[in-house]
Amino acid sequence: MNERIKKLREQSLAAKPTITPERARIVTETYRRPEVERASYPKQRALVFKALMEKKSIFIDEGELIVGERGPAHKATPTYPEVCCHSLEDLEILNSRPKTNYAVDEETLKLYHDEIIPFWRGRAMRDRIFAEMTPEWKAAYEAGIFTEFMEQRSPGHTVLGDKIYKKGLLDIKRDIEESLSRLDFYHDPEAWDKKEELEAMAICADALITYAGRYAALARELASKESNPQRKKELEKIASTCEWVPAHAPRDFWEALQYYWFVHVGVTTEYNTWDSFNPGRLDQHLYPFYKKGLEEGSLTVDQAKELLEAFWVKFNNQPAPPKVGVTAEESGTYTDFALINIGGLRPDGRDGANELSYLILDVIEEMRLLQPSSMVQISAKNPDSLLLRALRIIRTGFGQPSIFNTDAIVQELVRQGKTVEDARKGGSSGCVEAGAFGHEAYILTGYFNIPKVFEITLNNGVDPRTGQKIGLETGDPRSFRTFDELMQAFEKQMRYFIDVKIRGNNVIEKLYATYLPAPFLSLFIDDCVAKGKDYHGGGARYNTRYIQGVGLGSITDILASIKYNVYDNQLISWDELLTALKKNFEGYERWRDRFINKTPKFGNDDDYADELARQVFEMYFRLIDGRPTVCGGKYRINLLPTTVHIYFGKVTGATADGRLAGEPLSEGISPVQGMDRKGPTAVIKSEGKLDHIKTGGTLLNQKFTPQLLADEEGLIKLKDLIRTYFRFMGHHIQFNVVTAETLRDAQKHPDKYRDLIVRVAGYSDYFVDCAKELQDEIISRTEHEGF
Amino acid sequence: MKGMIFDLKHYAVHDGPGIRVTVFFKGCPLHCLWCHNPESISPSKELMLLPNRCARCGDCVKACQYGALSQKTDGEVVAERSKCTLCGDCVQACPREAIQIVGWESEVDEIIKEIEKDIVFFDQSGGGVTLTGGEPLFQPQFAEALIDRLHARGIHVALDTSGYAKEDTFLKIASKSDLVLFDIKIMDEAKHRKFTGVSNSLILKNLKAINRNGETPIWIRFPLIPGVNDDPENLAQMANFLLELSQVKMINVLPYHKGGVEKFHRLGKDSEFSVYEPPSQEKIDSVIGFFREKGFKVKQGG
Repeated sequence: MNERIKKLREQSLAAKPTITPERARIVTETYRRPEVERASYPKQRALVFKALMEKKSIFIDEGELIVGERGPAHKATPTYPEVCCHSLEDLEILNSRPKTNYAVDEETLKLYHDEIIPFWRGRAMRDRIFAEMTPEWKAAYEAGIFTEFMEQRSPGHTVLGDKIYKKGLLDIKRDIEESLSRLDFYHDPEAWDKKEELEAMAICADALITYAGRYAALARELASKESNPQRKKELEKIASTCEWVPAHAPRDFWEALQYYWFVHVGVTTEYNTWDSFNPGRLDQHLYPFYKKGLEEGSLTVDQAKELLEAFWVKFNNQPAPPKVGVTAEESGTYTDFALINIGGLRPDGRDGANELSYLILDVIEEMRLLQPSSMVQISAKNPDSLLLRALRIIRTGFGQPSIFNTDAIVQELVRQGKTVEDARKGGSSGCVEAGAFGHEAYILTGYFNIPKVFEITLNNGVDPRTGQKIGLETGDPRSFRTFDELMQAFEKQMRYFIDVKIRGNNVIEKLYATYLPAPFLSLFIDDCVAKGKDYHGGGARYNTRYIQGVGLGSITDILASIKYNVYDNQLISWDELLTALKKNFEGYERWRDRFINKTPKFGNDDDYADELARQVFEMYFRLIDGRPTVCGGKYRINLLPTTVHIYFGKVTGATADGRLAGEPLSEGISPVQGMDRKGPTAVIKSEGKLDHIKTGGTLLNQKFTPQLLADEEGLIKLKDLIRTYFRFMGHHIQFNVVTAETLRDAQKHPDKYRDLIVRVAGYSDYFVDCAKELQDEIISRTEHEGF
Repeated sequence: MKGMIFDLKHYAVHDGPGIRVTVFFKGCPLHCLWCHNPESISPSKELMLLPNRCARCGDCVKACQYGALSQKTDGEVVAERSKCTLCGDCVQACPREAIQIVGWESEVDEIIKEIEKDIVFFDQSGGGVTLTGGEPLFQPQFAEALIDRLHARGIHVALDTSGYAKEDTFLKIASKSDLVLFDIKIMDEAKHRKFTGVSNSLILKNLKAINRNGETPIWIRFPLIPGVNDDPENLAQMANFLLELSQVKMINVLPYHKGGVEKFHRLGKDSEFSVYEPPSQEKIDSVIGFFREKGFKVKQGG
């Protein structure tokens, strides 16, 4: 890392997240303009985007090579009142909460009070959504059966493909012209909608060119005043870069990075997309520019690395848009889930790792930043050296990169109906979600609390926490003569709540498609331009909506306990068990001990429990996969929690696996914390029994202590463990490499450990920023020591 | 064919190449004072108490028909081992696995079934199974049957042995193995007898014999215990002895640790063992350096 990067990095680390009202102000002013009020919804959005690109503050900081920020300063975070309007109370909480806070100044509070809140109250998408939801939906939502992603962030989930490296916005505008010329107003009832959408896209394309032009002018101005000849040259290069991209396809490595970054700023300014917008397969996309630059002598390896590192800092300057209410709890983090993909396959199926893959790994190791997050895609065709290089970084305890199985991802995407080439161009983003980069809208719609539905089944439709009847009457469990009868009741209850969730989803999907289209993002995701359809309205080539199941380990252990203790061995009666759960095991401590210590558990390569995990998995799949969405997509499943397993645990009473009321559920597909007692091979065998190919992503966390990975041999054995998991078509695995003592010490002395980054779920976070419960939970995850 | 086993461990990464499963044989002819697996010495089942797991509920005491268990005033469970018949009722009764019976009679089939679960890891990593203990050669027919069955499945077998067995038994089983992990503790015969209870002459003779057959690679395992075997004379004698043996491919220096001490207590056998101080890293490095200088490939740990 050179001096410049060191400075930029430190500046980024030191910057304090703040809320900027700039975007909210421009958006609100623009919506008030009569010509905007009159415009069609796509045009409204285009005009708002245009105003933002013309008016938002710009600046070039000392030493910067890549320019453009979402806010007027590093880590100044805009708000999105048209999606979710923060109340004054929300802003106060953001300002004062001890973890992941955002400073809010008086000016912002005043503007919100006087302008923003009065205009958006009742009009923001969040308000529209809650007005449309049924009482059944609200009851389930409030009980913590599921969460809803789109109530405060827009349905953004996608990743960029290779389009921008081949086409400038002027080229894309030519494609728009062509689509417009093909519109058939005589036979196509949607022709006018398409015209409005395409014209809106064109306005957005021009707007980003304007934004880049402002940067070009600023750079020229700074260059003219600059006395240091080297910096002067850099500023001139920045100016010429911004004059060329994004209007034209990039010609060199620098332009390619800058073009992407402008698009990133555009997408994250247009909306607060859930989540993770990022360049995806960066080593694939940049390699031609890298190779050409080195061959021509216009680029050195050091320069490429410096530019990449400057690019990395940019991501870290953009904390996640702050949420409100319960969503803050389910995802309390600054990270915005950008996940750079390295390695994997080329579209023709050959090994995709190249020199740049390794250079990017060097960058990741040197930068050690929260954002962007990174992962390596490992196919059977990738060399071991790539995996070992990644493990050498993981060994340092940094929590990045995580490791994904390309061969599983490709199979998952092909099963969902993608072409094999589109599948190979894809990867994983966010936490672990599989997607066809550049061609797919794959929207996460919310987490689904599987153990809570089971709790309601045990209570014949009543939520014992509130005493309210929110589910179906599926029968008193005392009347179930067999375990199968219990499973049938459970499935009925699951179907009911999934139906409630999907009904809500379908309305929300329509609301966004209608009122809040995304014409800017639609420029870059094929086939929105060709179809004349918005990204939110089914314009992408592939449209997928996920419902993320949470608590697979917990529900498996719960079912195993009931099957083992109530049915197969008749050790405890239903009466006793239900009373024990109701009393949170008070007076039933020995039963609790038995459930914990002497009952089969998931994650130990024990078919007794693992078979139940398969059953629940297949049930969840059966109830969701393939159902249609309103804009022509399909529902799919994945299994990941972010941090919602803590919130879901809080609303779920004591469970038959011995878990006390309020304790976290298991996370991802990992076994219940501390219950995998036969070491990592057994965990991998248990997880390997699930049919990952039927999902769009599963998340497996493993914690290793550094000792086990200290030498090369330990590293190679870990590599073999991962390769074996991938032979079972496991989707993803990630590692925390720290000792429990280290973590406990960090809890006691947070100041000493400000830089300690740990894997939380599909992402890493600063340990000291995590909530106490989450910290405890990370500590309790099983440590796999060598034997 | 049945044998007495006390553990099967998965993802064993310090007992031979690759990812392995270790099978722990119960019963050992040696009685090393530093033993870190004291439950491996007796060839019979044993009762083990784990007070740190105990909730002091007294269920085990109630379950015992022979009056072998009682509780102290503070609730701690104590065993009168002479009364215990190892019937296992207390183990059943305990909700927290705080009372255990170490060791079980296992069929070869049963072990193979458990090992089979990990074949895919062996394939990937070049791993296999390590027979350890206790002393596998203390149950030679069982060890042999197990090796044959593993070999029939194409699984690599390492034999971790003290080398203390009749020469023909030793040679038969060691030469069937794909790798021998051979413990050398002390070169001086009298001292060896003092600390392990047996002479080392048979052990050293067996090591020479397996080396002579010229086919089975040997890794020497050297537990380094300060004040017992870290003296220059012992090291020098060991090096001189090993230099003659062409099949010795590596020396693993295994620093003493106190992992066994808690177990002495759990077995009620504190008086039969000694507690030492673990060697410093400098000490370990100097021993490793010594053997390296002599031309050996040396590794800390297995």
